[in-house]
Amino acid sequence: MVPKPLWLLAELTYRCPLQCPYCSNPLDFAGARFKRELATEEWCRVFREARALGVLQLGLSGGEPLLRPDLETLVATAHELGLYSSLITSAYRLSKDRLAALKQAGLDHVQISVQAADAGLSDHIAGTASYRDKIAAYHYTRELGFPLTVNVVLHRTNLHQVEAMIRLAESLGAERIELANTQFYGWAFHNRDALMPTKAQLDAAWEVVQRERARLGNKLEIVWVLPDYHEQYPKPCMGGWGRAYMTVTPGGEVWPCHAAGRITTLEFANVRDHPLEWIWSESEAFNRFRGDAWMPEPCRSCPRKTVDFGGCRCQAFLVAGDAGVTDPVCSLSPQRRLVDEAVAAAERAAAAAEAPAEWAYRAAPASRAIAAKG
Amino acid sequence: MNRPGPAVVPRIAPKARLQRDEVRDREVLLYPEGLVALNETGSAILNLCDGTRSVAEIVQALKQRYGAEGIEGDVTAFLDGLAAKGLVTYAPPAPPSYPPTPSAPPR
Repeated sequence: MVPKPLWLLAELTYRCPLQCPYCSNPLDFAGARFKRELATEEWCRVFREARALGVLQLGLSGGEPLLRPDLETLVATAHELGLYSSLITSAYRLSKDRLAALKQAGLDHVQISVQAADAGLSDHIAGTASYRDKIAAYHYTRELGFPLTVNVVLHRTNLHQVEAMIRLAESLGAERIELANTQFYGWAFHNRDALMPTKAQLDAAWEVVQRERARLGNKLEIVWVLPDYHEQYPKPCMGGWGRAYMTVTPGGEVWPCHAAGRITTLEFANVRDHPLEWIWSESEAFNRFRGDAWMPEPCRSCPRKTVDFGGCRCQAFLVAGDAGVTDPVCSLSPQRRLVDEAVAAAERAAAAAEAPAEWAYRAAPASRAIAAKG
Repeated sequence: MNRPGPAVVPRIAPKARLQRDEVRDREVLLYPEGLVALNETGSAILNLCDGTRSVAEIVQALKQRYGAEGIEGDVTAFLDGLAAKGLVTYAPPAPPSYPPTPSAPPR
């Protein structure tokens, strides 16, 4: 039986004022594939269809969702449907009035990213001066009574600030801080050499997290998203392919996760052409890796297959060139050496005290150049 | 921390919301990035958390509704579990409903 989805990530636009080099958006976000954004009524229909399918949690993301002038309408529709809505934003130029209007429309939760614990480093990583706006928005969020999640993506250049990040979130009165070690997809995969942390950095940060968790108890929830290249087993990506989660992209393609569009061996249906129910239940892309019948060895006979579902299909495609093999992050994968080599390169560079490789900022001109190359 | 007694008033935290899940024929408690699926009893308890009833009053109401005995422990454990996740908050017992003692006359 086809499971029912609980989560919908609505990527309302790929336009964004920030240029973070680890962005999970597609490398060719500025290309023709994503050009024509869904209209307000189309999104509202997607929300209705998602709710009827069983979705309860809605992430409003992007790109920068605040760039959609109809965001208030979309939030109000989600609220009427009974969806729990989270705004996932950079908070760039977010005014208190706009946030109050979103509260009025029924928005439930706000997640604001920050790129580091201080303005200099945060603005450098974002590629856009945005730290001041973020701090102001954190305060608006609390003043308006929203639950607040502070999100920080961790990598080579900011891992040393984990303690300061936690203290910042604490001082803001946040409910949660998500310390999300970079997952290597999209721009992060493109910039992997520049972003890859060392084992020593990760160990030191993890120690801080454990200490701060003990100190803070349930006053502040500290979420630590595992750096999977440094783990022994893969993550249970999305809780399994086509099992609980879907992403709708700005142009209406539906993906089993926000990185899946990169898998060129799958064809993804569009909400402009098909009802969401058909896409979820019937479409080839959602069924290809659903359940465990598709699994090759070593997954097929592995007792962990019900724990991690063979890991991440996108990672298998990006690293091993085949979405249908075991996630190469798994120590049992015949392709694990591809992950080990990437990790070892970062260790060698750090040991030689080399400056990390330069990253490419996530920006439209770079994206168009990549899209043109195909 | 002292365990809250039966006189405290539980309330669903502002970040959480009770929602009917028609597709799965149940209620859920939704919160940032997660949800708790509720069975019938859990639903009944949370629907009684209206910010005025104490734990003791909720237990009493459930006893009347279901004729169940000895449920105090289960109700408390359920609410404490949600409180540990920050999904339920406890307010101090409501003040007594009779008029407060008048201040002492001036001597």
